[in-house]
Amino acid sequence: MRNSRTRIKLFVSYVLLVVISIICLYPAVWIVVSAFRPGGSIYSPHFLPERFTTEHFSALFNDKSFVFGRWYRNTLKIAIYSTIFGTLGTTMVAYVLSRFRFKARRTALSTILVLTMFPNFMSLVAVFLLFYQFNLLDTHTALILVYSCGAPIGGTFIVKGFFDTIPRSLEESAHIDGASHMTVFTRIMLPLCKPILIYTSLMIFTGAWVDFVLARFLLRSREQWTVAVGLWDLATNFRTANFTMFAAGCVLVALPITILFMMMQRFIVEGLTSGANKG
Amino acid sequence: MRGMSLKASALSLVAPGLGQIYNRQLIKGLVFLAINALGLWYFINHLYRAVWGIVTLGEKAQTRVKVGKVYQVVQGDHSIKLLVEGLIILLVFAIFVLFYVQTIRDASRVAKLREVGGKVPKFGQTAKSLFDRNFHVSMLTLPTLGVLFLTVMPIIFGIMIAFTNYSAPTHIPPKTLVDWVGFKTFSDLLTFKTWSYTFWNVLLWTIEWAVMATATTYFGGMLVAMLIQQPGIRFKKMWRMIFIIPYAIPQLCSALIMNNLFNGEFGPINQYLAFFGIDKIGWLSDPRWAKFTVVLINSWFGIPVTMVLMLGVLTTIPRDLYEAADVDGASAIQKFWKITMPRVLFVTAPVLITQFAGNINNFNAIFLLTGGGPANGKYQFAGHTDLLVTWLFGLTYNNNKYNFAAAIGIIIFVIIATISILTYRQTKSFKEEDMVQ
Repeated sequence: MRNSRTRIKLFVSYVLLVVISIICLYPAVWIVVSAFRPGGSIYSPHFLPERFTTEHFSALFNDKSFVFGRWYRNTLKIAIYSTIFGTLGTTMVAYVLSRFRFKARRTALSTILVLTMFPNFMSLVAVFLLFYQFNLLDTHTALILVYSCGAPIGGTFIVKGFFDTIPRSLEESAHIDGASHMTVFTRIMLPLCKPILIYTSLMIFTGAWVDFVLARFLLRSREQWTVAVGLWDLATNFRTANFTMFAAGCVLVALPITILFMMMQRFIVEGLTSGANKG
Repeated sequence: MRGMSLKASALSLVAPGLGQIYNRQLIKGLVFLAINALGLWYFINHLYRAVWGIVTLGEKAQTRVKVGKVYQVVQGDHSIKLLVEGLIILLVFAIFVLFYVQTIRDASRVAKLREVGGKVPKFGQTAKSLFDRNFHVSMLTLPTLGVLFLTVMPIIFGIMIAFTNYSAPTHIPPKTLVDWVGFKTFSDLLTFKTWSYTFWNVLLWTIEWAVMATATTYFGGMLVAMLIQQPGIRFKKMWRMIFIIPYAIPQLCSALIMNNLFNGEFGPINQYLAFFGIDKIGWLSDPRWAKFTVVLINSWFGIPVTMVLMLGVLTTIPRDLYEAADVDGASAIQKFWKITMPRVLFVTAPVLITQFAGNINNFNAIFLLTGGGPANGKYQFAGHTDLLVTWLFGLTYNNNKYNFAAAIGIIIFVIIATISILTYRQTKSFKEEDMVQ
């Protein structure tokens, strides 16, 4: 009796797991299939098309109004620089706030906290005017600056929480052996917090990759755009006319990030849990 | 030898660097003097105009003068540019003042050292201390400057805008000037009939949305995690990997995909429903359905994250608690409510509140799915599913009602701050990190 009940329970659980899996995968599979479907409409009588085509992808790379090759290069450039500077800044701030005791420390912590509570869009106009003043509109430098300088606001608390868990005795013994702060930071602390560093840089990288609001606001000419802005343009102006091309664009934008996330799953899980535990 | 510190401070007060030179720190003194001279020269030229710009927001509006037979535009003051320029200059000035104060204190400190017969640190030593005793200063300087100009300045600007009349159609530079109006924007927002009607309804929906979105992802994530974690389920890792995929796809893409899946006219979901003989549903175009649909789709975005968190929490609950409950003959439901739930809730309470705050500001989910729509004729520039934050964005981006947008931004801040103060004070990272081993 008990045995058959657990078996029914297990069976129901497996059915549920399969159903949820289908729900999780369906949108992704649908968009990939649509991207390879001939014709342009969203409607198709069958889930799988009769033949597959890559014409939508080549259109996105060779069309006059869509230069995905160039946009990829722009996005990569912006995302990589932002990740390097942003991660560096975040770790530096987090390390200092975790290990040093100085007067302005409490103020700094509270300031970061307060800054996270304002909606980003409130600063759109001012950021625009700031770059206008310094003649940086329509440049990638502007975006790199915004993303790198915004990174410490979002990431410091998570990284600092991680630093807090590393025992102080470790650095103290290094200091006794004559190591400088710089050595302790680069040789001991950074290697120890590798998982959280990977998580932080992944977040900055994806943030830069998918941002379409600020990027659209600051990048005025089409050649300067990033892939996210390009996709946003596809979605708003071309979706009804050419859905399959939009689908292809979606695949192009999502694929690198999705692969990256699946490869780095371990670090993401770690980052998410530590972020949750330590605020 | 007494009085040295007073003398050094006084000298530095006259001109930063003099005190240092008096203290026989020649290089440091000269560097400080140079910075001081540069600063003074700059601020003499710019400070007055900056303050004037912020206080008056410009006095001369754009005019058209008849020259011969054609009208010519004579540029007036651009209020908003004046405000931004003024803010930037004032920020730089604040940094300069801070530097000034620090040099005086430095001169006094070194002089005190001399009074008691201590050795004056050489320039090399001072520079070295930046990597040693003052390591934190050198580490923080660059990030702080970046945050100051790219985050703090824009936010101060945003707050200030709420107290001006910077909005279309009558107060948009360079054509017209903008003025300070005090709390008028806020009172308009709360007393003008259409504005206040929109505001309260959007606020109500924002809270409804945040509650529903948080609850669905929280319980959904918990249930999925428990499903995987059950004893007897095989391939746990594989299930987890599949279920995490929605999180791995950037929301920009997945939300746009969902928008098409749930398309009322040609979307596949309606197509499948038609197969079962169900009429087309306006998932995202019918006001009532739209509210339901965005919550439903949001759970697809959000459940993976909570699932990951819950999987971590569930493994920390000791097995023997359940075994003891089994011995006492507890049912599965009893075990859930008496053992699992209290434990999980205790550990994840901060996450729950953070997610709630996050959902209040969940721009992407709403903006990419419905764009705030379907439109509502009774609302002022808003639709049925608009949250405060998407309304703010629309007011800025499409309607140029900058002052109202800024006022809404401040209100969002107050809401989020109230929620956050309750939680962050509780978290370890903020509380007492001096407890660290």
